Amino acid sequence: MIAIIDYGLGNIKAFANVYKRLNIPHKTASCADDLEGADRFILPGVGAFDQAMQVLQRSGMREPLDEFVLQRRVPILGVCVGMQILAHSSEEGNLPGLGWIDGEVRRLDPSALSHKTYLPHMGWNDISPMRSDGLLQGLNGGSRFYFLHSYYFDCRGNEDVVATTDYGNAFASVVNYRNVYGVQFHPEKSHQNGIQLLKNFGNL
Amino acid sequence: MLYPRLIPCLLVKNKGLVKTVRFKNPKYVGDPINAVRIFNEKQVDELMVLNIEATSGNMEPDFKMIENLAAECRMPLCYGGGVKTVEQAQRIVELGVEKVAISSAALDKPELISQIAEQVGSQSVVVVLDVKKRLIGGKYQISTHNGKINTGRCPVEFARQVESLGAGELAINSIDNDGVMKGYDFCLIDKIREAVSLPMTVLGGAGTLEDIGRLIGMYGIVGAAAGSLFVFKGIYRAVLINYPNPHEKEDLIAKNRLTV
Repeated sequence: MIAIIDYGLGNIKAFANVYKRLNIPHKTASCADDLEGADRFILPGVGAFDQAMQVLQRSGMREPLDEFVLQRRVPILGVCVGMQILAHSSEEGNLPGLGWIDGEVRRLDPSALSHKTYLPHMGWNDISPMRSDGLLQGLNGGSRFYFLHSYYFDCRGNEDVVATTDYGNAFASVVNYRNVYGVQFHPEKSHQNGIQLLKNFGNL
Repeated sequence: MLYPRLIPCLLVKNKGLVKTVRFKNPKYVGDPINAVRIFNEKQVDELMVLNIEATSGNMEPDFKMIENLAAECRMPLCYGGGVKTVEQAQRIVELGVEKVAISSAALDKPELISQIAEQVGSQSVVVVLDVKKRLIGGKYQISTHNGKINTGRCPVEFARQVESLGAGELAINSIDNDGVMKGYDFCLIDKIREAVSLPMTVLGGAGTLEDIGRLIGMYGIVGAAAGSLFVFKGIYRAVLINYPNPHEKEDLIAKNRLTV
């Protein structure tokens, strides 16, 4: 059972629709009790770092999630801002993040961009996988996903970077440490490639 | 590499989809959810839905409809129409919409751009400028309320302000070219592209894929939005939702792409 964490940010229904089509059991979790019985979590996110941390805290799910993720090692997939809050901190905000993957969130450097590129990084871009097992099974280099962000996850350890994407500089577009996964793009809004990735997460 | 975006722009009035010509004579073209389903199958890059009666009719955004659209979309969605407050923008993002477009509210109260960006992140704030060229003198000016009110404001100056206030994207809509299907207003786009370095989406005038190709050729990474082109077929403007298939899109981009 995949629990899609509904803390008031991100497109819960879009994830639910994908899993419904795939016939993969799922539910939405909007309070601590709802988390019980899940063997996968999706942490969606659209918005700003501090806002995401605040509403997650307010939902009452933060502490129980800490236990599920760190003690019971239940796989979790953070998406966009949901990925960024897996880090310790962000240049976008002042609140500490969840700190489940070692790294910090930084602003993409506009000076590294050519004059034909702009911030935010918006649109369809390719990923270059470092490894193609697990989450990226069946997805090749050049697989396109939808990105919408100005900040990126700067992993402390290179081994936590599963795929990179080029925008000015290459940044980590897929990260993983143990049972914690994060994708900077929106798989729920990336047509067939996104469906494949969400299916892979369900099969991990 | 980042690709240019081909974006169908759907106009909503009285819960149905319409298409206008120069912001007038809305013609009913179908049901919004049905259209989204077809665009899902066609794997469109992004979708823009604008409620064209919300601001002029002083209506709130139709949150129920927005929620249904967001749930149905398997591509990113930008919603605009009647958004006046931070709370409304936040609620729309919470319903699962990636981008919220504001227009007349941003002109009335530019600081709203920063306030919304602070709550939902800059990347989700789109400012739409409906621009009309004056018959005498040929000056470009921003209109609001579905083209009914001319603010007299210069789009280039306002675009700079929009950027400095932290918007994530600028959408430029040419009222004169809306629904005419004779091509984009490159003169207008040039002026704004030079002034700001925000991602830009252009709307108004695309009649063929070649028009979009030309836009990509000139600006590289750009949002190429169109209404009529993606909902009408043939010279009699029969309603038929269409969109280039992945190969056609690939060819169009490859053929026109700037080599940076």
